[in-house]
Amino acid sequence: MTPLLTCKEFLQELSDYLDENVDAGVRQKLERHIALCPNCWVVTDTTKKTIQIYKGMEPYSIPSEVESRLMAALERKMAQKQVQKQS
Amino acid sequence: MPVSSQIPDEADVVSQARVGDPKAFSELVRRYEGKIFRLAQHITQNREDAEDVLQETFLKAYEHLDQFQGASKFYTWIVRIAVNQALMKLRKRKADKTVSMDESIDTGEDTVVREIAAWDPSPEERYSKEELNSILESAVQSLAPAYRTVFILRDVEELSTEETAEALDLSVPAVKSRLLRARLQLRDKLTRYFKRKGDDAFAYM
Repeated sequence: MTPLLTCKEFLQELSDYLDENVDAGVRQKLERHIALCPNCWVVTDTTKKTIQIYKGMEPYSIPSEVESRLMAALERKMAQKQVQKQS
Repeated sequence: MPVSSQIPDEADVVSQARVGDPKAFSELVRRYEGKIFRLAQHITQNREDAEDVLQETFLKAYEHLDQFQGASKFYTWIVRIAVNQALMKLRKRKADKTVSMDESIDTGEDTVVREIAAWDPSPEERYSKEELNSILESAVQSLAPAYRTVFILRDVEELSTEETAEALDLSVPAVKSRLLRARLQLRDKLTRYFKRKGDDAFAYM
């Protein structure tokens, strides 16, 4: 039996584990660690929730006055480019 | 605003924009302006700067559209422009060197977990939408820019590790290590708000 990972080693792999980006062997080692280490279980669970909560953040709706200024600036730029092309 | 059920393929819109179709370019702007504005606000932490970044990003993209190779996604390409513009603003405001994306920040100390306490199954339900947003925003804002930017691109904008590396001109391992630290720091900060009532947090390490 391979020795149990230390908490530090476990934490190093946590991101890849949560992103499901570890191979089966590593995964097994990590899961064995979580099963035996309540602290790392909590850290894993709460980090996972952290990521989920941020992913669920609603996208900004852009304020309409900001969008109008952006579109106006773009139109000026486009008109400029047209003039350059023609000359 | 009505949302078309047939969203045209991005590659088609980009190639139309490249041959000079202004409508096609405006379509790309509408598709990504909200995300770019949010990204700019997260990096600059300043509404006025964010608006400038938004404009500069799309004006630059328009001007240099012929340099877009199509090897990466259009969105990754404009994110890269936006990140550069935003970091420039940030450097201007804070005339110190804390803003560099290349600085060595890997001290190894940041993966220390300070507080361990279980959370409620759905801790976010304890707060109103506004409260929750302000908790999430202020936690992100308290991260160092180098961590914050990686976290925003990976976990909020949902770019892949490779796309984030490309947008920030970082190596894949650097993105991974910053992401881990950002996630752990945020977890620590959010624990204050989300831990199960009655649980005593205990110090660790």
